[in-house]
Amino acid sequence: MIKIALASGKGGTGKTFVATNIFHTLLQNNHRAMLVDCDAEAPNAIAFFKTKLIDKYEVTQLVPVINTETCTFCSKCHEYCNYNAIFILPPMRIIKVIEDLCHGCGACSVACEFGAITEKPVLLGQVTRFLTNEIPSLIEARINIGVMSPVPVIKAAVKQIDNIADIVIMDSPPGTSCPFIQTVSSADYVLLVTEPTPFGLSDLRQSVETLKVIEKSFGVIINRAGLGNNNVKEYLEQEMIPLLLEIPYSRKIAGLYSRGKIVSETDHLFARQLMALVDNIILQHGDSNNKR
Amino acid sequence: MEIAIISGKGGTGKSSISAAFATMNNEVVLADCDVDAANLYLIFNPENKEEEVYIAGHKAMIDYSLCTNCRKCIDYCRFDAISLKDNKVVISEISCEGCFLCSRICPENAINMVPNDKSRMYSGSFRNGKMVYGRLAPGEENSGKLVSMVRDKAKQVAKENNLNTIILDGPPGIGCPVISTITGADKVVIVTEPTISGIHDMQRTLGIVQKFNLKACVIINKSDLNSVITRQIEQWCKTNGITVAGKLPFDTQMVKAMVEGKSITEYNANLSISKKIIKILNKILNHN
Repeated sequence: MIKIALASGKGGTGKTFVATNIFHTLLQNNHRAMLVDCDAEAPNAIAFFKTKLIDKYEVTQLVPVINTETCTFCSKCHEYCNYNAIFILPPMRIIKVIEDLCHGCGACSVACEFGAITEKPVLLGQVTRFLTNEIPSLIEARINIGVMSPVPVIKAAVKQIDNIADIVIMDSPPGTSCPFIQTVSSADYVLLVTEPTPFGLSDLRQSVETLKVIEKSFGVIINRAGLGNNNVKEYLEQEMIPLLLEIPYSRKIAGLYSRGKIVSETDHLFARQLMALVDNIILQHGDSNNKR
Repeated sequence: MEIAIISGKGGTGKSSISAAFATMNNEVVLADCDVDAANLYLIFNPENKEEEVYIAGHKAMIDYSLCTNCRKCIDYCRFDAISLKDNKVVISEISCEGCFLCSRICPENAINMVPNDKSRMYSGSFRNGKMVYGRLAPGEENSGKLVSMVRDKAKQVAKENNLNTIILDGPPGIGCPVISTITGADKVVIVTEPTISGIHDMQRTLGIVQKFNLKACVIINKSDLNSVITRQIEQWCKTNGITVAGKLPFDTQMVKAMVEGKSITEYNANLSISKKIIKILNKILNHN
């Protein structure tokens, strides 16, 4: 099995576009492929496919519940909490948990010497599995509205990856902070999708620096080639980063994508390019069991 | 007045629209709250910058001269960040959430918490006022807190310089940095696009706006890419009592302006798209 994550610093460069098209192409070429939508804040990949629900499960996190009868207002839990999630005013005998700030680390429970803290689960989001072509091949991570961090839901979705799959495509959230790191850290290879604009280049640099820090192999796809300028290409040459594919800017592609259509279904050249791209990655980097 | 510009889906044109808003009328404070992918400094190249260190949480590090391999930390860590590799306790930097629990319970005091101190916040002047932005160092977390720091600084700068308008250019998504961008803002503008992803993410974004009891209006960017979905968005907004402040066509001049380091209105205020943006901003400013 090989896990390939589609990522970009800048949003809207075409991660989901490339992820869905590669996934579709892999299925057409009889691969046992899976697509995991890890963009839990804005999950969109499922809408591109005819799917049937397999199952859905809730992802929860534990938060403290403080029994104010047994609490002595000693403040030790407040000191232990590194996220300012426990608000305490000892003279007024007021103590409150700010659930939105809690990371569920359990430090407060360890801190409390009076048995005043128990824990309860709160909902963070769902992981949903779907069938496409009668095969379980789609997983979606989705956080509930108002939840601060998508990371626990992304982790839960990644755990659902089926071992039978030979190629797993992961659609990463944008940015370079924790949700992105969580997604790409479980991938074998990262495909960075960028656009040839100053914003695209600046965010690409940030992604590249991050991937170097966490020591991931990666290559770049330039989407909407022809717009903007040549600086992204010059940067890639300078840094000796492989440019794997350029997808020309086309209003037709934008139109198809807007309607939720898979471009590689009708554009056979594009389908062949995507298949060759994945074949090359496997050839050069091996898979999870066989790193080259 | 703080105006936050967000979108849910990335790449709908938040920053380009923020740049136009920041260069139209009187001087403003422009705060780039997309600290993962700050871009507006590329257009405005702020001068006389001040730099502040932002501590993006901590990471646990084991002092192996003290560690006795008792594995108590492994039992206590809830983030699966500590494991045994080759009979040695190791901490995964990626999974560590910096909660300090392992360092507190370690009987040998062998775990140190090291601050992540590579992220920065900058503030300075640009050609139409003041600018504040954050740069989260590669791989660091807690971007919501850095956004709060950027907003606090922007308010302070606004007060010191007697500037009334603060433009907040937000990050994509609906998680903590977005929540930090919009809480307490006076106006929230959601920039969407007529794609199935755009409409879905706009609806989730409106969910978050409503959860925090804020008022939002919508701009449909690239509206001519798909007129059917544009109508769907307008209809949905009407049904849900959300104002559509305006529609903008897809225009490659926006990219040309960006390449030249200008906002679209600076690039050419007489373009039809520039005039439309000016009209939309005036509508937003005068709308309650």
